Amino acid sequence: MSERTAVIASRVGLHARPAGIFVAAVGELPIEVTIAMAGEPADDAMDASSILSIMSLGASNGDTVVLRAEGDGADEALASLVKILETDLDAE
Amino acid sequence: MLGMKKSRTIVQTLSNSADASRAPAGETEIGRSFVGVGVSPGRIIGPVLLMPTAVREPAVGEQLAEGTSSEEASATLRTAAKAVQSDLTARSAGASGTGREVLEATALMANDPMLVKAAVKLINNGASPERAIWDAAASVAEMLHNLGGYMAERATDVLDVRGRIVAELRGVPAPGIPYSDSPFILVAEDLAPADTATLDPAKVIALVTSSGGPQSHTAIIARALGLPAVVAAVGVDALTDGTRIFVDGAAGTILVDPGADEVALAKAWETSTAALAVFDGTGRLQDGHLVPLLSNVGGAKDAVKAAAAGAEGVGLLRTEFCFLERDTEPSITEQVEAYRGVFDAFPGKKVVVRTLDAGADKPLPFLTDASEPNPALGVRGYRTDFTSPGVLERQLSAIAQAAEGSEADVWVMAPMISTAEEAEHFALLCSAAGLTTPGVMVEVPSAALTAASILEHVDFVSLGTNDLTQYAMAADRQLGPLSALNTPWQPAVLQLIRLTVNGSHDEGHNKPVGVCGEAAADPALAVVLVGLGVATLSMTARALSTVAAVLASVTLAEAQQLAKLALTAHSATDARRLVREKLPILDALGL
Repeated sequence: MSERTAVIASRVGLHARPAGIFVAAVGELPIEVTIAMAGEPADDAMDASSILSIMSLGASNGDTVVLRAEGDGADEALASLVKILETDLDAE
Repeated sequence: MLGMKKSRTIVQTLSNSADASRAPAGETEIGRSFVGVGVSPGRIIGPVLLMPTAVREPAVGEQLAEGTSSEEASATLRTAAKAVQSDLTARSAGASGTGREVLEATALMANDPMLVKAAVKLINNGASPERAIWDAAASVAEMLHNLGGYMAERATDVLDVRGRIVAELRGVPAPGIPYSDSPFILVAEDLAPADTATLDPAKVIALVTSSGGPQSHTAIIARALGLPAVVAAVGVDALTDGTRIFVDGAAGTILVDPGADEVALAKAWETSTAALAVFDGTGRLQDGHLVPLLSNVGGAKDAVKAAAAGAEGVGLLRTEFCFLERDTEPSITEQVEAYRGVFDAFPGKKVVVRTLDAGADKPLPFLTDASEPNPALGVRGYRTDFTSPGVLERQLSAIAQAAEGSEADVWVMAPMISTAEEAEHFALLCSAAGLTTPGVMVEVPSAALTAASILEHVDFVSLGTNDLTQYAMAADRQLGPLSALNTPWQPAVLQLIRLTVNGSHDEGHNKPVGVCGEAAADPALAVVLVGLGVATLSMTARALSTVAAVLASVTLAEAQQLAKLALTAHSATDARRLVREKLPILDALGL
C-alpha cells in the first residue's frame, strides 16, 4: 500500500473544474486510488475516480488529503496525482 | 429527422398513457394557427423541435422485469450511463465557456462509479434499473444538498443526469433543450434560466412557448439573443417534431405549414434586419430632439459589444455578475477589476451602475433568505442592506475605486427603493464613498408616486418597467396565465411613468428620468415613453438599431400625442393597437 498526502492548492477547493481534472487523471490510471481527508480512517476513504465522492469530501483550499493505492506503479501514480492537487487548477 | 420523429412518438404515447383514447399523434395540422403574445420581433420559418416533457418518476418499488437477471439489468444500466456520458462529452466539445464546463462536469457524473455502484446494489436487491438509478441519484443529491453552498447547487446536476439515464433506459429523448445538427424552432412549455445556458443561438432560430409571460426568462433571453419569440401560445405543445411553422414574433402568431405569403414575409424580414443592423450612435427624433440610447450590460464582454453596437453609454450595469454563483462576497479588489472592465469600454460616456440586486429570482446564499414566503415582496435589492449591512458600502467603495482614474462618467443607483428616506440614506452612502452622482430605480409604485420627494435627495431616477409592472398589476412576472396583466402597455403602468416624470418637473431641477426595463426595447413603446417625457432609454444592445429607426420616424409632438392615446386607452391591448396603428413604419419593418 502506497500512501501520499497533498495540500489542496486550488482557490475554490477540490470541486468544480479542479475536481473534474483530478477525476479524469485518476480515470486514466490502471490502478484503484482512494482519497480521504487527513486524520480520517483508511476504511472511510472514497473512490478517487468518482466526481461525486470527491465533491462530497468537501476538501477546501489548504486542506490536507491522503491518497492511497496498491500495485505496480502506485508510487509514480500517486506522485503525479499529488502534483495535480498541489497546483492551483482554478487559476489556469 | 425521421429517427427523431419516431422517438418523439414514443414520448407522446408515454405522456398520453393516462388518456389512451385520444387521437394518435400526427393527425392533420395543415393550416392550423396559434395566437400568443409576441415578445421579440422577427418572421421566420423552420422545423419544430419540442422540448421533451420532464422524465416521469418510475413507480415506487418497481421491480426487475420477470426473466431479467440482476446481472443483465446492471449491464443495461452501465451501458445507459456510458451512453449518456459520451453524449454529454460530445456536446461539451461543441460548447464554450460556462456551458462547456457544466457539460464536462455532468458527463463525469453520468458514469460516476459511486452513483452506478449504488444503483447496482439496488438492482441486486430486485429493483428495476430505472428505479435503482432514480433512488441512488436521489440519495446522492440529498447528500450534496445537505453539504450546502456550492455542493447544494450541484445536486440539480445529479438530478439532471438521472433524468437523462432514465430517458436513455426508456429509449425516449433526453430532457432539456433537444440537440440537432440543423437549425430549428424550439417549442416548449416555458424555459428555465438553466435551459437558457445550453441554448445555442446558432441552432435555435425562434422560441415558442405555451406558457410564460412577456417578462418571463424566455422573453428576456429571446430579446437578448435577437430571436423571434412568441409566449403564452396555448396549444403549441401539440405540435410534432419536424413540422414546419411560420413564427411572427411581433404579431404573436404561429402558422402550421406556411404558404407562399409567409415565405415572402420571412424573406422580407431577413432583408430588413440586415438593413436595420446599423445604429449610427445618436438617438434622435425626426425633429432633432435627442434621446440618448444606452445599453443594459452584465459585464465587460457585454459592454464591449454594446459599445460596438453604438450605445451612447450604459444605462444599467447589472453588478450581479460579480456575485452570482458564489458562496461568499467577492473582495473589493475583484469587484474593482470587474467594474473597471466595463468603464473602460465607454471612455467619456455615462455608465450607470446598479448596486447589487439580489433576492426573489436571484438568490444569493450569503445575502438572501430563500425561505421567505413572498420573495418578490421580501428582502431584495437595496433592502438587503437592512439585514446584511456592509456589503453595499463595500460595493460602493469598489465602484468609487474603479471610477477613479477611469474616463467613464460613473453614476450609481440603488434597486428596489420605496421611500424618499431610503433614497436619502443611499445618497449619503454614495457621498461617503466619494461617488458624486447618486440615483435610484423606480420600480416600486410608491417610488413613482413620491418621485418629487425622492429626487430632492438624488440626481436621477431610472424606471425598471419589469418590476414596476409586476408590482403595479400585482401579477407575478413568470406566470403565463397573468401575461395579459403583465405588460408595460397597461395604462396604469404608463400613468406611473407619467407621475414619475411629473415628480421630476415638480422638484424643479430638471433631473433626468430614464427607462432601463424591457419596455425601452419595444420600439412602439419607446415612442410612448419619449412622449411621456422620459429622457433616455436603455436596452439590450440588439434593440438599439430598431428603436433608433422607429424614433427617427416621429416628432416630439407626435410622440406626445401617441403617449396621450396610450394613457387614456381602456386596456393594454387597445393602447398597443392604437399606437401601432399610427406607426406604419413598424409594419413596414416587420417589427
